Amino acid sequence: MAVMTYAEAARQALRDAMRRDPRVVAIGEDLGRGGVFGQYKGLQQEFGAHRIIDTPISEATIVGAAVGMALVGHRPVVEMRIADFALCAADELVNQGAKARYMFGGQGRVPLVVRQPIGIWTGFAAQHSQSLEAWYVHVPGFVVVAPSTPADNYALLSAAIRCDDPVIYMEHKELWATSGDVPDGYDAALGKARIARPGNDLTIVTWSKAVHLALEAADAAARDGLSVEVIDLRTLWPWDRETVFASVARTGRLLVVHEAVQAAGFGAEIAATVAECLDGELVAPVRRLGAPRIPVPYAPPLEDAARITAEQILAAARQTVAATRRRRSAAE
Amino acid sequence: MERTLITTSGASGRNDAHVARLLELYRTMARIRAFEEAAEAAVGAGLVKGVVHLSTGQEAVAAGVCLNLTRTDLITSTHRGHGHTLAKGADPRSMMCELFGRASGICGGKGGSMHIADFGIGMLGANGVVAAGIPIAVGAAHAMKLSGEDRIVVCFFGDGAINRGPFLEGLNWAKAYGLPVLFVCEDNQYSATTCTAQVSAGAGPLARARAIGLDGLEVDGNDVVAVDRAAGELIRRVRAGEGPMLLHARTYRIKGHTSSDPGAYRSPDELAAQIARDPLQRAARMLVELGVQPDAIQAIERAAKDEIDAAYAAAAAAPWPEAMHAFSDVQDVGAGQWR
Repeated sequence: MAVMTYAEAARQALRDAMRRDPRVVAIGEDLGRGGVFGQYKGLQQEFGAHRIIDTPISEATIVGAAVGMALVGHRPVVEMRIADFALCAADELVNQGAKARYMFGGQGRVPLVVRQPIGIWTGFAAQHSQSLEAWYVHVPGFVVVAPSTPADNYALLSAAIRCDDPVIYMEHKELWATSGDVPDGYDAALGKARIARPGNDLTIVTWSKAVHLALEAADAAARDGLSVEVIDLRTLWPWDRETVFASVARTGRLLVVHEAVQAAGFGAEIAATVAECLDGELVAPVRRLGAPRIPVPYAPPLEDAARITAEQILAAARQTVAATRRRRSAAE
Repeated sequence: MERTLITTSGASGRNDAHVARLLELYRTMARIRAFEEAAEAAVGAGLVKGVVHLSTGQEAVAAGVCLNLTRTDLITSTHRGHGHTLAKGADPRSMMCELFGRASGICGGKGGSMHIADFGIGMLGANGVVAAGIPIAVGAAHAMKLSGEDRIVVCFFGDGAINRGPFLEGLNWAKAYGLPVLFVCEDNQYSATTCTAQVSAGAGPLARARAIGLDGLEVDGNDVVAVDRAAGELIRRVRAGEGPMLLHARTYRIKGHTSSDPGAYRSPDELAAQIARDPLQRAARMLVELGVQPDAIQAIERAAKDEIDAAYAAAAAAPWPEAMHAFSDVQDVGAGQWR
């Protein structure tokens, strides 16, 4: 067992993968000096500039070249600095990387990991703070991952690099310095959620940094005698319906929480699917909590308006429980 | 005349090897022409859905460049990619089946004309997005360098692509890392239906390439011997490790942007002047001057047409893909979770 930060865990995952497999290379800006958040620190010294590749600020070609490398058998890990900048490579991601295998009838594979940190990062405003995970879920071909802990950042980045599908890998900028245990041999499969806290009265489904806020809210709720189950979805596509459905079938109540804008966020997909499939099990209306549909502003009092908080989650949890009605199946 | 402008007028070597090579180039061009005419007819007959982008009149670029490649060298192509694919060695029957959307198509009917690929002969894909093949070609070349392979990459794109960002990004990247890639700007003078010269500043693709340190050549893209020589010279240098190069081949798109575009924005005089530069006719004249009998030239054309006619008939008779294949090769993780 080792205690690591979220950044150290990712670095260790990449290091282990590169030691194991010479086809793994990392491509992006400023990687040689350790990356923007130190998540590549020391790797160029160990693996050389030909495998930890410092690139020009050419997002389209960073991703496009990685697709080309992948099509001929390499396993590139691409660093976008932040998710906002990946928009400069939208064609290469969406039209090329996600579809090459399909369009060509399975002739080529794109074993590519595209790391694009999401989330509000205090004081960085509208073009450095977005959480765009739902955009990628919408594109067939992608696996979409958003880890919340050091252990999962180690295990899921390892799994993403092993994966033969293109993976959009979204770390959170305000989690880099958080630390936690990364047990020896800890493993996590893509597409499997984690029950971060068991509970009986309400299921909260969330991911990334919002997991920590939801746990804080669940602690507060427990003091009121409300037992909240927090599910860390971890992989957004494919999402773990089995775990979510089993939990909601037991609690009868669902709240989906994410930092991204609520409108058309991935929470809408989960809420709609649960409403369609588990209507008879629900004892309260499904509820979502996400950010208001505003760009992330700069000044602290304005930025706070774009954040979701543990207090808001707690309030939404209480409201969901307060809206309890009889089970439909029992009423009929 | 600028040193880099290679032409063959009056300079042909009259030897057997030269004749044999020109016959081979002519054969490739004749097959491409026959393929494009058949594809156009198939659209007219309703057998090919959507549109096709025809390279009629541009055959010399594909033929002249690809004759200098080995089977394991790599290429990327464009939405106007039938010629490059054939010249690289793809089977026209599998290609025609793909245009017809049949199960036996080279991509199983999933791609169609704009997404033909044949990884078995190093053809990494046509592309529906202008300039999008450039970064992919650069990445493939980067991989060749990383793994120490001696394969090179040829990246075909059109004149429209030089005004997109990936042109600058990709050429810079290739030069910065010293990658084994030949960029081929197949300049047919039109960006879709807009005359490229009217919307492009500066002296063209080679000047842009030189500004960031790539060497290259400009060539009459309708003179297949000139293209062969220029591409041969640049590819020799790329193979020798001199880094990326650019070939600017000036040609002309005899047909419209798509099979449904009559190209009426071009004057009849312009079109007539360009048809007089038809690369096949010019190559046929060269062959006759070299002593090849017209019968032999016609036999090449007939064989090409027969081959493509057979591909057309096979495609028309081939079975459709089963609907279930719409769900294969999307992704492994999450396969089966479609909603």
